Amino acid sequence: MRKADIASLIHERHGLPKREAAAMVELILDEIKDTLSRGEEVKIAGFGNFNVRKKRERKGRNPKTGEEIGITPRRVVTFRASPVFKDSVLDSIHSN
Amino acid sequence: MTKAELVDSIARKVDGLTRAQVDVLVGTMFASIKDALAVGDKVEIRGFGSFRLRDRAAREGRNPKTGELVTVPAKRVPFFKAGKELKEVVDA
Repeated sequence: MRKADIASLIHERHGLPKREAAAMVELILDEIKDTLSRGEEVKIAGFGNFNVRKKRERKGRNPKTGEEIGITPRRVVTFRASPVFKDSVLDSIHSN
Repeated sequence: MTKAELVDSIARKVDGLTRAQVDVLVGTMFASIKDALAVGDKVEIRGFGSFRLRDRAAREGRNPKTGELVTVPAKRVPFFKAGKELKEVVDA
């Protein structure tokens, strides 16, 4: 499923014109993105939480050459599915 | 930010839709992602990220109350991988 499929579904289910449905999907995603970029978490009840985690600087190795390199501190996004979400996939068919 | 705050923020930005209508649309979007994974599909949103299922192997665990050894069965869990653009704006 892709972004266009989500927009189609919103269009079909709620009668919102396709172009507006696509714009709405975009708005929602941008809002989440902007919030996370400020370092703030996004909590969606019944779905899950998006968090920003700070990673410390650590040493890594170039797996090809074995050379030791520094990995700079960084911020990464993590997602924790809610219990409802987790339960809903337990009996799913595995096709990906 | 909670879902309610997300809805508030979006409702302020769009014309012609009530807050209640925006709430329904936001709900449908998250439900559609959840439903896709529940039937084994994956969701790929360019610039944002992808949702798919990950297999978790069975493992030995303990009932924390009784200390009894139990087998936690293998299962599938929802997994999100941030897309390139999301990674970049968060780490900027």
